[in-house]
Amino acid sequence: MTAVPSADSTAADSTAADPLLRVEGLQVHFPIKRGVIVDRTVGHVRAVDGVDLSIARGSTYGLVGESGCGKSTLGRAVLRLVEPTAGRVVFDGTDVASLQGEPLRTMRRRMQMVFQDPLGSLDPRQNVESLLSEPLRAHGLGGGKRGIAERIRTLLDAVGLPSAALRRYPHEFSGGQRQRIGIARAIALEPDLLIADEPVSALDVSVQAQVVNLLEELQERLGLTYLVIAHDLAVVRHISDVVGVMYLGSLVEQAPSDVLYSEPLHPYSRALMSAVPVPDPVVEESRERILLAGDLPSPANPPSGCRFHTRCPWRQETRCDDEVPVLRELGTGHLVSCHWAEEIRDGVLRPRSAEEVAATQGVSVRPTGAADPESDALVQGVDEPIEWR
Amino acid sequence: MTIESLPAGEAGTVGASVLDVEELTVTFTRRGEQPTRAVDGVSFSVGPGETVGLVGESGCGKSVTSLAVMGLLPSRGVQVGGSVRLDGRELLGAGDRALRRLRGADMAMVFQDPLSSLNPTVPIGTQVTEVLLEHRDMSRKEAGDEATRLLDRVGIPDPSRRLKEYPHQLSGGMRQRALIAMALACAPRLLIADEPTTALDVTIQAQILELLRELVVDSGTALVMITHDLGVVAGLCDRVHVMYSGRIIESADRHELFAQPRHPYTGGLLASVPRLDAARGAPLHPIRGSARDAIPWAEGCAFAPRCDNAQDDCLTEVAGSTVPLEYDGPGRELRCRHPLQHPRSPAGATASGAAR
Ligand SMILES: Nc1ncnc2c1ncn2[C@@H]1O[C@H](COP(=O)(O)OP(=O)(O)OP(=O)(O)O)[C@@H](O)[C@H]1O
Ligand SMILES: Nc1ncnc2c1ncn2[C@@H]1O[C@H](COP(=O)(O)OP(=O)(O)O)[C@@H](O)[C@H]1O
Ligand code: SF4
Ligand code: SF4
Ligand SMILES: [Mg+2]
Ligand SMILES: [Mg+2]
Repeated sequence: MTAVPSADSTAADSTAADPLLRVEGLQVHFPIKRGVIVDRTVGHVRAVDGVDLSIARGSTYGLVGESGCGKSTLGRAVLRLVEPTAGRVVFDGTDVASLQGEPLRTMRRRMQMVFQDPLGSLDPRQNVESLLSEPLRAHGLGGGKRGIAERIRTLLDAVGLPSAALRRYPHEFSGGQRQRIGIARAIALEPDLLIADEPVSALDVSVQAQVVNLLEELQERLGLTYLVIAHDLAVVRHISDVVGVMYLGSLVEQAPSDVLYSEPLHPYSRALMSAVPVPDPVVEESRERILLAGDLPSPANPPSGCRFHTRCPWRQETRCDDEVPVLRELGTGHLVSCHWAEEIRDGVLRPRSAEEVAATQGVSVRPTGAADPESDALVQGVDEPIEWR
Repeated sequence: MTIESLPAGEAGTVGASVLDVEELTVTFTRRGEQPTRAVDGVSFSVGPGETVGLVGESGCGKSVTSLAVMGLLPSRGVQVGGSVRLDGRELLGAGDRALRRLRGADMAMVFQDPLSSLNPTVPIGTQVTEVLLEHRDMSRKEAGDEATRLLDRVGIPDPSRRLKEYPHQLSGGMRQRALIAMALACAPRLLIADEPTTALDVTIQAQILELLRELVVDSGTALVMITHDLGVVAGLCDRVHVMYSGRIIESADRHELFAQPRHPYTGGLLASVPRLDAARGAPLHPIRGSARDAIPWAEGCAFAPRCDNAQDDCLTEVAGSTVPLEYDGPGRELRCRHPLQHPRSPAGATASGAAR
């Protein structure tokens, strides 16, 4: 494994010039099929619609956003579990799309995945020993029987499981322990990049912290780079160096994680931050909440101009409805895609209430294109972990 | 510890309670298996316009408690003991007919997964209208108008059009609103919400919580809020009961509970959750083990295997008795032999995150 800057250095100062992962103009569109005899494509779900991001070696990039905004699809596209419609994924300097055969296998080994509910991704008939030795054998690693046994013991140790766990089966473990097995499996092949999709959201509160701490400890010890996808902003902020906020398939803001909380600039990030409950009644009582009108629009038929304009409390008469905003750098490493970000930051523009927004937007605040029930089923995302797909 | 210096709880200022649960026990008996006691002597009450929170990890008995209150547990293989009184009237042992009349009219429930509690083959409007026709003296026309008004009240845009749509045509947030509209149809005295926002996005969650808040203020409904999210509790509940392994282990008003958690489990939960407003890099302090490590209450404190304060007398064998839920100052109750201590703090000041 390559030498790695310490985990707490921010993306801005660490090897920004040579990131481990670079995503450029990534698009993933899923066709909507209809028809009884012949499948006709009647439209596309723009799950990911033009995302650029880069992740510095040894750092953690957190991706947040509402259900269905394309977080998991982005993760899957990076791993080439879905074929991107357009754009590039550059891993350690190599365009992933150009790889075939052995180099592709090697690249896949260097990128591993941790899932939301490990029970769904662990074969219930395999005991822990076989679950952990399987990836090693498949890649011809570990150096024979003795070597593999030795490595498995080290792995169990690394994730804090007793060696007695070896003979046991996934269902015999608690959720937190199963997540440890999932993590052990993911790091078995000594990857460089770990993509964790909702790694703690299925776990009890008291156990979430154990897994979060484990991920941080492993990163420090093994120099791992993380892409963490989650809808829990507090968790993401806690573990990430840089956070990207997605809305309807695009990044609307990206910033060092403490800046994103202390000074969110995009109206959507502001609403998102203000909506997260804080476990402190004093804070809860004094906090100003920005309530949004309506639901996420359908990614099959996203709004024109700025995609957030149907719900945005700061929407203006000009530009918002018809001009697509691009990501602009407003501070060091702080990117925002809003035409009015400066005016909003400086308090020149004031937000309107959710009721006013709903009134001015009329029918278009209607949630998720219900006029079209078939495409609708696609966007009613409750948190579906990607391994179910 | 000067509990006397703390402000008195609000419970005393509320008049007769809407719901009184006393020593509720629920035991599941399956053939060929050991009986499991999912709820073990739970008592709490809720006054009009009051919001009471039940918090705890999954499997601690929150949902079973609420189903027992609503009379929704299956009759086979389940024994329910204790007492559940709605406006003074005993519900345990009441007949199915009487319970069905009460549900919808005087008490209602909102579940985590709205899709499973709505009929997929019937338009939303018809489902709301049915509730009104069944429980209130209305013509079909009146019920239809009232349904439109209800959907509007819970913030469903374009309600007259929505009435004709089926549950699958609504997003998760809209479905939860429709369910709340149905729950509100008869202005119930008691509303039980079991993880109503767990499946929803935070921005939608904020809308639904606001709606519940308004409802409690406007109509004086007694609300029981079941959740595992301490942030939701902090923003919504007047009184909080923390459950562990089927029992209440700590009860307090929310300000006191968050400022000065006394039970090591409560303190551990607060130290485990990252806060959006905390300094970055603040370490998390998890509770070790998992809820699976609980020991039976009869043998000692169920939390003992995970507790940093545990001593020999937390076990029944040593102490000669199980750990009781006891008075712990005004408005507080605690089930612990070696609780967390807090430095004396001036009245009114809140030591946010004291347990961190
Ligand atoms: N295989 C597929 N075919 C068609 N549409 C898909 C497919 N996979 C995802 N989608 C759609 O793409 C959009 C983005 O989905 P994705 O799973 O990436 O969202 P997400 O941000 O991970 O949401 P969640 O928080 O619910 O996990 C959604 O509208 C989803 O319904
Ligand atoms: N129908 C049932 N049969 C047997 N055990 C049950 C049943 N329903 C719930 N339980 C058990 O009762 C306990 C409490 O469950 P529940 O109230 O659903 O927990 P939660 O606090 O997560 O809502 C759990 O151990 C659960 O497994
Ligand atoms: S561009 Fe306009 S609509 Fe979009 S976020 Fe900015 S102010 Fe709101
Ligand atoms: S009674 Fe003992 S084991 Fe239980 S919580 Fe208190 S100190 Fe810990
Ligand atoms: Mg997802
Ligand atoms: Mg439950």
